[in-house]
Amino acid sequence: MSIALAGSGGSGVMTAGTLLLDAAARAGLYGIMVRTSGPQIRGGEAAALVRLAHVPTTSLDDRFDLLLAIDWQNIHRFADEIPLSAASVLIGDPDEGTAPEVFTAAGARYAMLPLKKMAKAIPGSWTNMVALGVAGALAGIEREALAAALRASWKRADDKLTANLAALDAGIAAAADIGASCALPPAPTPGTGRWLLSGNEAAGYGALRGGVRFVAAYPITPATELLEWMAPALAKVGGTLLQAEDELASINMIIGASYGGVPSLTATSGPGLALMTESIGLAVAAEVPIVVVDVMRGGPSTGIPAKSEQSDLSFAVSGLHGDAPRLVLAPTSIADCLTTTQWAVHLAEALQAPAIVLSDQFMGQSRAVIDRPPDVDFAGARLTAAANAPDYKRYRDTPSGVSPMAIPGTPGVVYTADGLEHSEAGIPSSQSRDHRLQLDKRERKLLLHDYGDRWADVEGDAAADAVVITFGSTTSAVREALARAACGGVHAKLIALRLLAPAQPERLAPLLAGVDRVLVVEQNHGAQLYRYLRSVYDLPGKVSSFHRPGPLPLRPGEIAEAVFAWRKA
Amino acid sequence: MNDVAVAAPPTAASYKSGYKPIWCPGCGDYSVLSSVTKALAMIAVPPSMVAVVSGIGCSSRIPAYTSCYGFHGVHGRSLPAATGLKVARPELTVLVASGDGDGYSIGGNHFLHACRRNVDLTYIVMDNHVYGMTKGQPSPTTEPDWDSKLSPGGTGVRSFHPLVIALASGANFVARAFSGDPNGTAEMIAQGIRHPGFSFIEILSPCVTFRPEQREWKRQMHAAPVAPTDDPARAARRIMTDDGFNIGVLYVGKRTPYPAVTGKVKCAPEALEAEFAL
Repeated sequence: MSIALAGSGGSGVMTAGTLLLDAAARAGLYGIMVRTSGPQIRGGEAAALVRLAHVPTTSLDDRFDLLLAIDWQNIHRFADEIPLSAASVLIGDPDEGTAPEVFTAAGARYAMLPLKKMAKAIPGSWTNMVALGVAGALAGIEREALAAALRASWKRADDKLTANLAALDAGIAAAADIGASCALPPAPTPGTGRWLLSGNEAAGYGALRGGVRFVAAYPITPATELLEWMAPALAKVGGTLLQAEDELASINMIIGASYGGVPSLTATSGPGLALMTESIGLAVAAEVPIVVVDVMRGGPSTGIPAKSEQSDLSFAVSGLHGDAPRLVLAPTSIADCLTTTQWAVHLAEALQAPAIVLSDQFMGQSRAVIDRPPDVDFAGARLTAAANAPDYKRYRDTPSGVSPMAIPGTPGVVYTADGLEHSEAGIPSSQSRDHRLQLDKRERKLLLHDYGDRWADVEGDAAADAVVITFGSTTSAVREALARAACGGVHAKLIALRLLAPAQPERLAPLLAGVDRVLVVEQNHGAQLYRYLRSVYDLPGKVSSFHRPGPLPLRPGEIAEAVFAWRKA
Repeated sequence: MNDVAVAAPPTAASYKSGYKPIWCPGCGDYSVLSSVTKALAMIAVPPSMVAVVSGIGCSSRIPAYTSCYGFHGVHGRSLPAATGLKVARPELTVLVASGDGDGYSIGGNHFLHACRRNVDLTYIVMDNHVYGMTKGQPSPTTEPDWDSKLSPGGTGVRSFHPLVIALASGANFVARAFSGDPNGTAEMIAQGIRHPGFSFIEILSPCVTFRPEQREWKRQMHAAPVAPTDDPARAARRIMTDDGFNIGVLYVGKRTPYPAVTGKVKCAPEALEAEFAL
């Protein structure tokens, strides 16, 4: 069941949405809340897009069952983001005008509720709490869960809480009169061991679990919340976060800290990643482990800062000058933001290389009710040089390609880390032999590493002769689309790539045995994953692409249609 | 071997790596290297506890010529790299080396913010008013009428005053040195290292290849006829009105340095997941 709560900025729809999701979690449901807003910092249009279900759900559905608007100012701009159908219910406050035609056109039932007057009748209460009562009751969430969520979030005077609980009840009572029947049946078992968090928080927590203790960063939408979560968290675990003057500084600060032996990370979005590129190359050449989380947004240039797109992929896998092997990973869900960021720290440290984690605004800024992710024991494990190690050479050509890194402070093994090409001892060199040796070393260490099964999520009928390949936040919509396709008799397996670089042809090949059709699904205009896969993998049979740019999320319905069309073609 | 010999006090030679510099004969940077090693010997910190961080340019080659840990990064970013290192590893002595192109042009923004952030670093800039490594282009400290292939007839742009900018941006120690006075320069570097916070030492270091007229500098330099001050207004007046060849410590501030990581662990990361749990 999908609910959109919309209103102009300051109307409290985000708070109402957050409480609705919290209440749903208390009632044993899973769900996700996606934030969407106009470009204004204050006072623009805003909507909380909530989807609730009995099973873990981290994509948005094709249509919304309910759109509840506190007012209609500029809400028409969400017409594409909040698609309705004839089965939908539209609720608006008659004192705020009438619903724009873009919403009524689908034939949704339109109910009027004087939300503002209802709140006014209860002194000290807020309109958004009336809206919460209406939406919560229509979703089938019992009053106790809604009230508990409200109480748990309350940080003000008690008399106001009483007033807002009364507003909640007024909303619940009003919902009974509307009598819509989109409510979810109660959850069969109360949920236990569940978490409520955003992808940005999950990534930050994963970084700490992986051992990150130094972060330098420059504020950028939609990565800022990751940094804001980490700032106090790092202080608690003995680390620190430094706000840099720009991304050129932040990337070099983390390289400096990591050169000093402290696992380090920065988070940014496309424009920041672009600025960092030269120095990510330094981390490649000087073999300094770092993690860069890119919470992708619409691009190029300033693009669409507050909305999602998977369009930094090409840049992440190939956007450094010179031959510069790097790790590129993408979490496949909000929960996986934790595990994949933790894994990225582990890999960067183990391989003394930069790792780019491609999250995106959809995962980063959405909050979801998830099952607690299983613990993984990935932690930073860097191969370091012992004091006074005989004949120490920082960039020694070892069989694995990984060579012990001397940490400043260790006597007898001093060296100079250098972005200049260098000899095994680290002395600048422009000789062809040294260049070739170091290029081979840096490539080999990434290629020889055993990444295990975590490189991709592989689901569905192993015998299917068709496969859909995707990555990142699109994975959950593709999963849902394939479940629908399976109900329609169309079967394909799903491969969601988590390790995008280095490519894993030996691991993919067996999964493609007997496959004669491949569909690549992604959210960008240039079919970047499709092109990348064609350049680094041998894909069998007919290879097709379904791609669309942001900012609208890829919806399960359109992907399912694409899957049906693909199989019939 | 149970008897551990009492270590002899370090000499400047203890801080030299023995690698042959790529610098031209007569370059002022040889003397700066000598001053750096002398200064470290005065501080007597073990070489493995020192990191010399640099960017790109002739002067930025200095880290590998020392026996300390070195970091030779990308053009203009020595200060951020050193900032990350020092904040994460406060027990290290971190010396940052740059030139007028690397430090004032491509790295200019970091210079402002390093001064105001006041991390406990010592920043030496070997200023020769020219890009030497790319063979003679004007830098931010080059005179506006200096003729070059890239800017024929001169840039026509007034030169930059690093000491005033450092002072205005909050540097905690501001000095001007001359490579032709290696002992005095060593003294100033040692003082800069000892002084808490961000210490900035502009070292006039001639480029005899592209600016042969800078050979005359040694005749123009003179000791600053003033005692160091902790009054920024006084220091500013001095710096803005002197002849540019006034050698000495011109300002010693009292600002509290940027806090380094304490390493105090209040909880394990796993304890933080309580905030996500329903």
